Amino acid sequence: MNAGLGDAADIIGILVSVIIVAAMLIWVERRLLAVWQDRLGPNRVGPLGLMQVVADMIKMFFKEDWIPPFSDKLVFILAPTIVFITMLTGFAVIPFAPGVGIIDFNFGLLYFLALSSLSVYSIVLAGYASNNKYSLLGGLRAAAQTVSYEVFMGISIMGVVMLSGTFNLREIVEAQRDGWFIIPQFFGFIIFLIAVIAESRRAPLDLPEAEQELVGGFHTEYSGMKFGMFFVGEYLAITLSSAIIVTLFFGGWLGPWLPPLVWFCLKTAVGIMFFILLRGALPRPRYDQLMTFGWKILLPAGLLNLLVTGAVVLSLHG
Amino acid sequence: MALTLFYITSAVAVFATGMMITRLNAVHALLYLILSLLAVGVIFFLLGAHFAAVLEVIIYAGAIMVLFVFVIMMLNQGQKTMEQEDAWLQPGIWIGPSLLALILFVELLLIVVLGGNAETGHVVDSKQVGIALYGPYLLAVELASLLLLAGLVGAYHLGKPMIKTKKSGGNS
Repeated sequence: MNAGLGDAADIIGILVSVIIVAAMLIWVERRLLAVWQDRLGPNRVGPLGLMQVVADMIKMFFKEDWIPPFSDKLVFILAPTIVFITMLTGFAVIPFAPGVGIIDFNFGLLYFLALSSLSVYSIVLAGYASNNKYSLLGGLRAAAQTVSYEVFMGISIMGVVMLSGTFNLREIVEAQRDGWFIIPQFFGFIIFLIAVIAESRRAPLDLPEAEQELVGGFHTEYSGMKFGMFFVGEYLAITLSSAIIVTLFFGGWLGPWLPPLVWFCLKTAVGIMFFILLRGALPRPRYDQLMTFGWKILLPAGLLNLLVTGAVVLSLHG
Repeated sequence: MALTLFYITSAVAVFATGMMITRLNAVHALLYLILSLLAVGVIFFLLGAHFAAVLEVIIYAGAIMVLFVFVIMMLNQGQKTMEQEDAWLQPGIWIGPSLLALILFVELLLIVVLGGNAETGHVVDSKQVGIALYGPYLLAVELASLLLLAGLVGAYHLGKPMIKTKKSGGNS
């Protein structure tokens, strides 16, 4: 068994900092969007509006935690916890810096794929349990969208796996000492980025919750802390996605002058900001456009990328 | 330690599967089936087949079961199907399957008591799986891919008349 476990300080430190980062993103997102849209954003509570997060949390705790009488109660309560738990456990395999991390698992990359595919149950079950037409539509869209985009997500990162020869995220970072994988795997990166946005159900691919057409989509019936779970779960998903993108394509903790952990955090922060910028910049596609784009463009592109990478790797090493 | 974990996980798997069969609500049954698949994933992991464990979660729990839930949600029928299910699950139906399962169980007990080769503790990595799949089992892989292709063509064929009528309806 080579799944080495990090020490207790690491585990608690990572858990706490990840949750704090996810919570702070509530403020970061609103503030950044405001800056890009030439507004001020939340700036009243505390310095620069930083305490807005606390204000939001207090508000959420005092909301009535309502379980609709027509819902499937057990599933209704269970659903929001799934996205939270799967996304948090996803951080277990992220290599933050040499020696900093929770587990060093040989199939770390596949572990991430498995957890991100499990997180969709949260949305689907929420949509089903709410017993509401808008929620059901949101849940159906989530299921179709994630099952489709999962396929290209897996295929697009196989190029990285071929180049580094391993599924272990730590070894993938080490393999990028001579150059980040974004250069040889540029198409893989683009496909993976789109797939990750679809998997974390972020705007512009947030069709399951599309406010303008589905009220609130899968979380129409949710209130209080259960809604908060979905909310923070989404930010956890963004953080996890940027961490994985940084690990796979941008050399993880590698970089000159600064300590490795700082490099990793800086790169991840840039990734998160890019996700927020995308939300502010792009319109949402129609549902059928999303599915057609996935199966007719991304799937062949992913397969082609896999084929070319395989041929190049074989000709160089074979 | 590993043995205790194995028995706990197996108990979860068996219990979840039992609950899956006896639930009247289809979505609840599916949730138990997902749990059972996750438990099987953990068993694979304990046996050292890490690759199979992760694939079990990605493919069965993460993709196939999502499609099942998707279909059940689309057919969302509520109380009516539960009553129908209830009518199907008469106690008498259990006799035949239970007898067959009992035979399998006795066989398993015999193997365990007589001491079969249940001991496999070594870790299998993805390279070994790949070499096995594209070496001695190449024919099986090809046959499976043919089967999948046939399924794909079949699904396309079934969906085709629908696409045609939709198009002609739009033009007229």
